[in-house]
Amino acid sequence: MAELTARPFPPGDYPLIVVGSGPGGLQVSSALRGHGIAHAVLSADQEPGGMFRRWPFFQRLLSWTKPYAPVPRGTRPYERYDWNSLIPESDEHRAVMVGLMDGTSYFPSRPEMQAGLEAFASRTELPVRFGCRWTGTRRLDDGRFALETSDGEYTAGTLVFAVGVAEPWRPSSPGMELAAHYADTRPVEQYSDRRIFIIGKQNSGFELASGMLPWAKRIVIASPSPAKLSVNTHSLVGIRARYVQPYEDYVLGGGVAILDAAIERIERGEAGGAPFRVITRRSSDSVEMDFEADDVIAATGFVAPLLDLPDLGVVTFGQSRLPAQTPFWESATVPGIYFAGTIGQGSAGLKKHGIPSNSGAVQGARYNARVLARQIAERRFGYVRERPRIEAAKVVDFVLDELTLGPELWHQRAYLARVLTVDPADGIRDEGILPLAWFVDAGGPDAIAATLETDGTGAVYPVIYLRQAGTVSEHAIEAHPLLDYRTAAARRELTALLAPILGRS
Amino acid sequence: MADRDQIADELAGFALFADLTTPQLQGVVHAFEEALFQDGERVLRQGMTGGGLYLILEGQASIVVDGEERARLSRGEFFGEVSILLGEPPVADVVAVGTLRCLVLAAPAVEKFLHAHPSLMYRMLQASARRLRNANRWRS
Repeated sequence: MAELTARPFPPGDYPLIVVGSGPGGLQVSSALRGHGIAHAVLSADQEPGGMFRRWPFFQRLLSWTKPYAPVPRGTRPYERYDWNSLIPESDEHRAVMVGLMDGTSYFPSRPEMQAGLEAFASRTELPVRFGCRWTGTRRLDDGRFALETSDGEYTAGTLVFAVGVAEPWRPSSPGMELAAHYADTRPVEQYSDRRIFIIGKQNSGFELASGMLPWAKRIVIASPSPAKLSVNTHSLVGIRARYVQPYEDYVLGGGVAILDAAIERIERGEAGGAPFRVITRRSSDSVEMDFEADDVIAATGFVAPLLDLPDLGVVTFGQSRLPAQTPFWESATVPGIYFAGTIGQGSAGLKKHGIPSNSGAVQGARYNARVLARQIAERRFGYVRERPRIEAAKVVDFVLDELTLGPELWHQRAYLARVLTVDPADGIRDEGILPLAWFVDAGGPDAIAATLETDGTGAVYPVIYLRQAGTVSEHAIEAHPLLDYRTAAARRELTALLAPILGRS
Repeated sequence: MADRDQIADELAGFALFADLTTPQLQGVVHAFEEALFQDGERVLRQGMTGGGLYLILEGQASIVVDGEERARLSRGEFFGEVSILLGEPPVADVVAVGTLRCLVLAAPAVEKFLHAHPSLMYRMLQASARRLRNANRWRS
């Protein structure tokens, strides 16, 4: 780790600057280097890992790495089973997480995840200027950007912000300032024999409740709308199975209460009583109910820490104040500013059937970052990517292989697609992985896009998008119970579907 | 930038939500998600599955069939319900005119949501009847 002591990237002018050293920053930097794009990486932290240096509190992640999978470890198809390793540009550094987990769970502990990110950065020798805090941003007369930092001023034509969505946010109800935020949770034993009131029914609220089950005297979890469970939504929307225990405790009457109610206000309790009173109003019938609590915790989410980017024209939206983005994660309103890592969820894609991408998690964001790096390299630095030719006779098998084994399609359903262009003069070319929303809306030559989708019923099925004479049509292929689409039936269906477009190549 | 309480206040001013109490409105805001579209961006795509119910908070949406604008919707109006109720892909593109800010409820959640809010369902039916009447007038 010589680069740690030497402190690379002193203030100055760079073609491109990446801000952040969490998974998003590391992944985009690794991929940019793979394309030969010179850039600086700046981080306020002292070591890599981003949010995983602090969270989750109760030690394990929601994303798994399966040591034993149906495909060999350390291969590209294995990435489907390893949600946590970043993707290196050379095979030797693949699946870094597997060797760092102790085998007691396929969900890595927070320290294991941090170790994995540190190992990726050191083994791939990714230089980062640590201890350099981004403090402000300006637009220069020539259209470039100036980045003010704790180490001095940087300039660059292209900026990539991978700064997470980690600034605590709480709603504006009266007295909300009396609640501690999720981010300020104390060691769990300090909640022993106490009445805990948790505001919010997302995973963070249920994570805390799960951790406190053996300690707290009573736990109330409240927010206006009912809790969703991932096993019911058939997606990553809702509370993950690992955190459902408080829900079972509630339905079996064990001392947890889960309430659909708006938080009217929080007050300090009277002398000699509980420290806090939480006054709520039930969603169904507007009945007021109040609760005594020893601790009130706002598990109400986080916002993107964008500093002064909105002053530059970066438009944000939604509860997390995510920047509005193009399908290639560029600010929709300020060209030249891009986002990587979990902020990329602001580029929502088609969100078919209401199911979001996994851009908010490492297993999705790592592929976005690689597509983003290639896009920046092409659009802003004149990089020319390889577009391998594929024989018409091999297209069907190629597509079915990608649908069965391609980790990008598995982790970013209806969001990233494998794209082939079809040109009568030039033949069929593999354009690689591209955003599906871009494919569907941007127009272009005749082409095939293959993706996987789910519709909330639990099925995972391939969908083929065909672009012919500028018009895009959508074709679902039947789901397979073992999720292997290399079947005779799928081959027949795809062959018939592609015949008209391939016939002209 | 509005937080959920502010959005609930906005909804209180829309005819569709006129019968809901404040806690119910807050429940609605939590059930829906906010989405932002830039000028010219497609919100729904003709012939493509997987849409949702959209309620316009800010800006305008153009209903485009085969490249021709058929209608324009603005603040307080909704779209996407026809394809959800019929279980068919949309028969029109819906395109943002200027910046368009919406609340969205995914198609699989719409039926349960409407059953839980019958007064809202009735007001939606009224709006649909009005649209049908206007379409018939236009034809005759």
